[in-house]
Amino acid sequence: MRILRAIAAHPTGRIGAGIILLYLLLALCGTIGFTPHDPLQQFRIDRLQGPSATYLMGTDLFGRDTASRLMVGIGQSFLIAFASVGLASLFGTIIGLLAGWWGGWLDGVFMRSMDVLLAFPAILLALLIIAIVGPGTFTSVVAIAAVYTPIFARVVRGPTLSLKRRDFVDAARTFGSSEGYILTRHLLLNLVAPLTVQVTLALAWALLTEAGLSFLGLGTQPPAPSLGLMMSEARNLMQQAPWLLVFPGLTIMLGILGFNLFGDALRDILDPRTQRRTA
Amino acid sequence: MNPLLSVRDLSVGFGRDAAVSPVVRGVSFDLASGETLALVGESGSGKSVTALSINRLVDFGGGRITGGSMMWKRSDGSALDLAQADERALLGLRGREIGMIFQEPMTSLNPVHTVGAQIEEAFRLNRGLEGRAASDAAREALDRVRIPDAAQRMKYYPHQMSGGMRQRVMIAMALAGNPRLLIADEPTTALDVTVQAQIMALLAELKAELGMAMIFITHDIGLVAGIADSVMVMQNGLVVEQGRLDAVLDAPQHDYTKHLLGAVPHFTGGQAVRRDHQRAPDAKPAVKVEDLVVRFPIGGGLFSRGAGAIHAVEGVGFDLVPGETLAIVGESGSGKSTTARAILGLTEATRGKIATAPGRHGRPVQMVFQDPFASLNPRLDVKSLLAEPAIAAGMPVDSLLFSRMLQLLERVGLPEDALARYPHQFSGGQRQRLCIARALMLNPDVVVLDEAVSALDVSVQARVLDLLIDLQHEFGLAYLFISHDMAVVERIAHRVAVMYAGQVVEIGSAAAVLAQPRHSYTKRLIAAVPGVERRRQRYDVDTTPVPSLIRPKGYEPAPAEWVTAGDDHLVRAE
Repeated sequence: MRILRAIAAHPTGRIGAGIILLYLLLALCGTIGFTPHDPLQQFRIDRLQGPSATYLMGTDLFGRDTASRLMVGIGQSFLIAFASVGLASLFGTIIGLLAGWWGGWLDGVFMRSMDVLLAFPAILLALLIIAIVGPGTFTSVVAIAAVYTPIFARVVRGPTLSLKRRDFVDAARTFGSSEGYILTRHLLLNLVAPLTVQVTLALAWALLTEAGLSFLGLGTQPPAPSLGLMMSEARNLMQQAPWLLVFPGLTIMLGILGFNLFGDALRDILDPRTQRRTA
Repeated sequence: MNPLLSVRDLSVGFGRDAAVSPVVRGVSFDLASGETLALVGESGSGKSVTALSINRLVDFGGGRITGGSMMWKRSDGSALDLAQADERALLGLRGREIGMIFQEPMTSLNPVHTVGAQIEEAFRLNRGLEGRAASDAAREALDRVRIPDAAQRMKYYPHQMSGGMRQRVMIAMALAGNPRLLIADEPTTALDVTVQAQIMALLAELKAELGMAMIFITHDIGLVAGIADSVMVMQNGLVVEQGRLDAVLDAPQHDYTKHLLGAVPHFTGGQAVRRDHQRAPDAKPAVKVEDLVVRFPIGGGLFSRGAGAIHAVEGVGFDLVPGETLAIVGESGSGKSTTARAILGLTEATRGKIATAPGRHGRPVQMVFQDPFASLNPRLDVKSLLAEPAIAAGMPVDSLLFSRMLQLLERVGLPEDALARYPHQFSGGQRQRLCIARALMLNPDVVVLDEAVSALDVSVQARVLDLLIDLQHEFGLAYLFISHDMAVVERIAHRVAVMYAGQVVEIGSAAAVLAQPRHSYTKRLIAAVPGVERRRQRYDVDTTPVPSLIRPKGYEPAPAEWVTAGDDHLVRAE
């Protein structure tokens, strides 16, 4: 509750939260089929129509309604982004937590393998995984999760190293608390703030990576709409039908902006240093 | 009198125009050349802000001078109002006419430059010395602050020096410009008591040598006695009392000054020890430690298997019966905290025997840490914090447990509604009470108190000590009380063990050890305790370095020889 109120009071956090809420609403409508038109139906006589009262954002080469397709596409992108970031944060947190807690050679093995993953540019690594497994929604989720797992592992390992030396962990040991109890109650609970911030920012990157993958034809497969795919289809028609490129592009840009603004606001709010200043 | 600095109605506030919160309100004082003014007050009293206003460092911390004047007599005789002076004029003043030393010498020295280079820089900036001249001056400066082997130490990095040495380096740098005023902001708070005495003695000598004025900021009114000419007591940004040293200390007028003087733990040299416990001859020890050794291997890379070890604790042994307090005293690095951690199993003992009372199940030894902020998980409420020992012991979380929590909270003097609150909603003293309650959840035999009252304000400290004594009577607890503060030790200990360089050098009843110390180190430790009533004694600067604890591989110290000095009083032969 306190955090929600703080975000509402944060100048840019408010904008970010507004954008995300709007997108969630659009995605929900798109997913349950509450769209202006059927996103897959081809209105042959209305091919390549500009924005109008009937087709808010115009139609594409096959006469499909861009606005309806965008709504479904947002839903698809969000699904992949949330699922992949969920997986990445889960595995990254476990790896980072155990590496930091156990230390020694295990830490070395875990973190060096994460470094290997980090050495590849994000999109290249995802391409590599998809090239091996084959394209599709599920593969996209796995590929993007693999790309962002090391970042979560790093974000978690650092604070774990300092938290495990804190007096309250020593105190827990003197009571004879189990390792599991210490890891969840004393370490994980104190990692909630940095993780929340990281998740929001990672959602923005995941959104972009997903768009990139489907632009290359390796994500969502046609005829299902997706933001990257729509831009890819529109790039040959840039001269005749610029709206086909402009609307998906703006949608991606605005979505990433929303998550970034929201993440920055969360960082400001959850940072203990700023908390102390306001207290 | 022709004052060097004359401050009138100084007011300082923090924050922007609309929301200036005043921190210092209407402070006035005069300071003559060669005089020392002590600024005394508890945290948040505005004493540091007052001092930082004089060289206007307060501007960089977000503060603004909102009123008053500070007339500074420059070396050419002209007067300058520091409250109005612009940054250019101040730049020429800082370091050259007004020097400053800070509380924490480690953070005020740059870790990537040698101390020699840093002192040379001070001479370059303030006196325009270059090359050889600067390095000669730096070496002389180190000599002046009594650092032995100055030429050698010039090449040291800050982390290679002890806290006391680093503070000397800071003083050498502050003196580089031959300032006519030195501002010392709690310069000894972060240091051990014997080192504190050395630094205080050094400051007193330098003041006499150089004839400079000094403003000495401290929260410890006992400390000002040896150095100040006049005292100014501050509370909530206001001066509540100011006057000559003897007048303020001997006949305090304001209630707050009396309160501060009363709250200072007085060390009386073993006259006021507890006499409420007599060891029964057949008493079974609650914990018995024999020949405890803790060594930390060093070096030990991939190819070299350990060059040696730090012998942190070497052959420590003692026993502790129910209802008794054994205080372990010593400086940082003496091994007293490592001993405690080894007893609790937080640090692995290299060898030795730690036996608790026979037939006792669970965890009979519990611990209260120094910093109550750090030893409570900030994300858990009091209910969860208190439940943890019980959960760890496999007890069910039921109404019985809650009634025990409430009972203990009440016993340590916390309100019932504390259960649903979080650590940050309590004051430091309350938080330490909470830690004590948590340690008592499992009915321990022994409570290890590792500097448990050191982080608390003096008045809070006294009340927590009283609580500890009451709890000891009520539950028959044995305390292992680890402290560097002799006055606190005198207040709570029945027996005292003095640790030096990893070994116990003297152990016995508190009355015997504190009143008739036999070992040279114990004598040194006791002589270094500052106090209001000891202000006319003077200490000599003692720079005996603590012996290195790093030993080559396979080193075994000679077995200890003990000399009996009394009924319950053993001293290690020197």
